[in-house]
This record gives sequence, C-alpha cells and structure tokens, in this order.
Amino acid sequence: MEKFDINTLGIVFALVGAVLASLLGGIGSAIGVGMTGQAAAGVVSENPTLFGKVLILQLLPGTQGIYGLLIAFLTLTNIGVLGGSAEITFAKGLLYLAACLPMAIIGLISAKQQAKASVASIALVAKRPDQFGKAMIFPAMVETYAVLALLVSLLAVANIGGIAV
Amino acid sequence: MAQEYIYAVARIKARELSLLTQQDIDRLMACKTPAECFRALADKGWGTGGEQTAEAIFAAETEKTWALMHELLPDLTPFDVLLYPIDFNNLKAAVKCTVTNTEPHNVFMQGGTVDPQKMQLAVRQNDFSLLPDFMAEAASEATQVLLQTRDGQRCDVILDRACLSAIHRAGMESDNALVKALAELKVAVSDIKIAMRAQHTGKSRAFLEESLTPCATLDLAELISAAEKDAEALYAYLGRTDYADAVAPLKAGASAFEKWCDDRQTALVKEISRQDYFTIAPLLGYVTARQNEIATVRIIVSGKQNNLPDERIRARLREV
Repeated sequence: MEKFDINTLGIVFALVGAVLASLLGGIGSAIGVGMTGQAAAGVVSENPTLFGKVLILQLLPGTQGIYGLLIAFLTLTNIGVLGGSAEITFAKGLLYLAACLPMAIIGLISAKQQAKASVASIALVAKRPDQFGKAMIFPAMVETYAVLALLVSLLAVANIGGIAV
Repeated sequence: MAQEYIYAVARIKARELSLLTQQDIDRLMACKTPAECFRALADKGWGTGGEQTAEAIFAAETEKTWALMHELLPDLTPFDVLLYPIDFNNLKAAVKCTVTNTEPHNVFMQGGTVDPQKMQLAVRQNDFSLLPDFMAEAASEATQVLLQTRDGQRCDVILDRACLSAIHRAGMESDNALVKALAELKVAVSDIKIAMRAQHTGKSRAFLEESLTPCATLDLAELISAAEKDAEALYAYLGRTDYADAVAPLKAGASAFEKWCDDRQTALVKEISRQDYFTIAPLLGYVTARQNEIATVRIIVSGKQNNLPDERIRARLREV
C-alpha cells in the first residue's frame, strides 16, 4: 500500500483558507447590504430625494465581501490553483489558512456591525438630511477594522511563499 | 437579530418629520376660530379634504395611522396594549345595548382587534366562545351581572379590570421593552385613577379589591389601605413609588393628572424608541405620538369652540 504523504493536504488547507475569506466576507456583506437596503427603501419610499445619500450608506457594509474576494484571489494565485505549480507543503497550507482567517472572521463580524451602524445613520439622514456627512462617519469607523484585517491577511498571504517550510 | 422591522422603522423615522411641532401647536393656538384651526390642519395634510367636523378630521387621521401600520406590518399583535381599550369599550357597548334591548348607533369604535358585530352576536346568542379568550369570561360575567342587577357600574368594573389584565398580560408576554413598559404604565395609572376616584367617593375595600389590577410597580395592598384612609395617605404612598411625580398633578385635579399620564407616556416612548432601529418600538412610538397629537389638537379645537382663554387651553396641552 502506498504511504500517505501529509503534504498533499497542504493545498487543501490553503484552499479552505481562500474559500473562508470569500465565503464569510461575502455572507457578512450580503446580510449587511440586505439590512441597509431595507432601511434605504423605507426612507426613499417616504422621501425619494434622499436616494443618492442612502445608497452610499447602503453600500458601506458591502466592502467586506470585496476584501474577502481579493484575499481569495491572491491566495488562489499564490498556491497555484489559477495556474503554475500547486505544490504546497502541509505547513504552508496551514499558514495560508491562518493568513486568510483575519479577513474571513473580521469580515463577517464587521459587515454585520457596520450594517447596524448604517441603518441607524440612514434613519438619521431621513430625519436630518443636512447631517449626511456626519452620518456617514459612524458606519465608516467600523470599516477601519475590516481594512486592518485586510492588510494583515494581504501581507501574510503575499509573503508566505518566501518562507522555507 | 430582528430584521423584519428595518424597512418599517426607516419609513416611520422619515414619517416622523410630518408630526406636529411646537411651532405648529403655536400656530393652532394663534387661530381665532375652529375654522381657522381646520385650515391650518389642512395645510399640514390633516383630514382627507371632505370633513366637516373636528371629530371627522380626527377619525380620518386615526384611520390613516392604522392604515399605515397595516401596510407596514403583517401582524399587529404588538399593538394589542393600545387596542384592547377599544375592544373593551366596544364590548361594554355591545353588552349594554343587548341587555337594554337598544340598537347600537355610532357607539362602536373602529380599529380594535375584535369585530364589534361579533361581540354583539356573542352577547345576543349568549355564546361567548365566539370571543377570544381574553374577553370571553369577562363578557359572560358582565352580561350576567347586568341582566341580574341592572348595575351598569359593576358591569364596567368587570370589563375595565379584564381590559387592564389583558393589557398587563400582553405586556408580560412581549419581549419588547417598550410594550412591557407601556403595559405596566397603563395598568399602574389606571389603578391610581381608580384608587383616587374611590377615595373621593368613599368606595369600599371590596370595590377596590375587585377593581384594581396587579402590576409590578404598585403594591395593591398598600394602595387599597391608603385609599381607604384619606387622600393624604394615598399621596404619601404614591410618593414612595415610581409615580411620586404624579402627586402634584393629582392634587391639582383630574385634567392635570390626565396630562401627566400622557406626558409620562410620551417621555417613556421617547426614552425607549429614540435609539431603536430594529424592533417594533419606533412604530409603537409613532402610533402613540399620533394619538398624542390628536388629543392635543382636540383640546385646542374644543377650547376654541368653547371660547376658553388661551392660558387654560395651554395648561392642558400635551408634550409633542
């Protein structure tokens, strides 16, 4: 019987990382944009002139899905799924999985929390349209943490290839 | 996370801009005649254009509010605490009209949770199983009491107590903070009103025990003992409860206390629903705000109709 090579699992773990980054980020953004979309539709049905303003607030929780996709693409490219050599050791596979987790987990949580802040800001704009600038800052603050997670995942995924493991 | 109210709450937050402001109230107060008030109200979009009387305008506004709620929500159960008084008012009318064998003309209020015709049918056929559980037993008891004793007040006491019990139960069963708080407030202020009136008219302990409804913020045994003693004992007891600030308006008279009740409800609604974007609370808040502004406009218009001085009208105006 042929001996099982544990390194063949490396690509599996790396792919799981890429999948989680796009999956959880996407789920968070889908929930978030859905929530803010409902709020935006409610406001526009009463005051259609606010469409442009509430549309921007609706889209804010959508960025986590894009960040997740970016990390997934980068990972797929680095591990050779989109072309080139797909020889990833077991240790490297785990490293790619770990590198994708910040974007996956924080993407999911921050999108949902940002959606709550956006819904509140949409209600604020409905009552005081002149306060749009301030209203946009509150949900945008949540974005900071999604961007930090993106940076960590991005730097890690981009540099794992150079590690000799 | 509750998401089913997000659209409705956003619409209501936008709709809140059309509520009457203090400036609108001042403009109404500046009107010389009720006709001028009607024109000012029409400018704010009140009525449907064809109403001839103030009551018709108020009925149209109430209908608009509930039509909006029906449009926004498939289930109005969370509003039961606001709708049960309408149901029990209609039940009183159905029982009294049936027992006294009179035709009900314009006695039923619209917008309750139970069709008034169904109530009338249940009382006429003596088949109270047609009614929902929360009113069937009380309806049967009130009908028997009225048939046997012709005592309208006892009939009212039975139905009022059943109404308050239903409100309290609805509040306790709800998981929404505002529904709970509104139910508690409504039962507590009703108990205070009953105790105060019973004290003034020298009613017995048995009457108080039958009329008052248990709630979390009042100790009924203490309230009954105080009401049996004198007004000062009642004020002293209330001074030790969450309703200490009701003592001054109670001393000032019934209309001052009514104003305090409405203002307290408005403050409660503002406190709980202002920062809430995901539950039923802002919708409940909107409905109570609409009821409040209709009550305020009714006070202004009837004051103008009866040529009351502005100071007396202003003293009765609710917070908007």
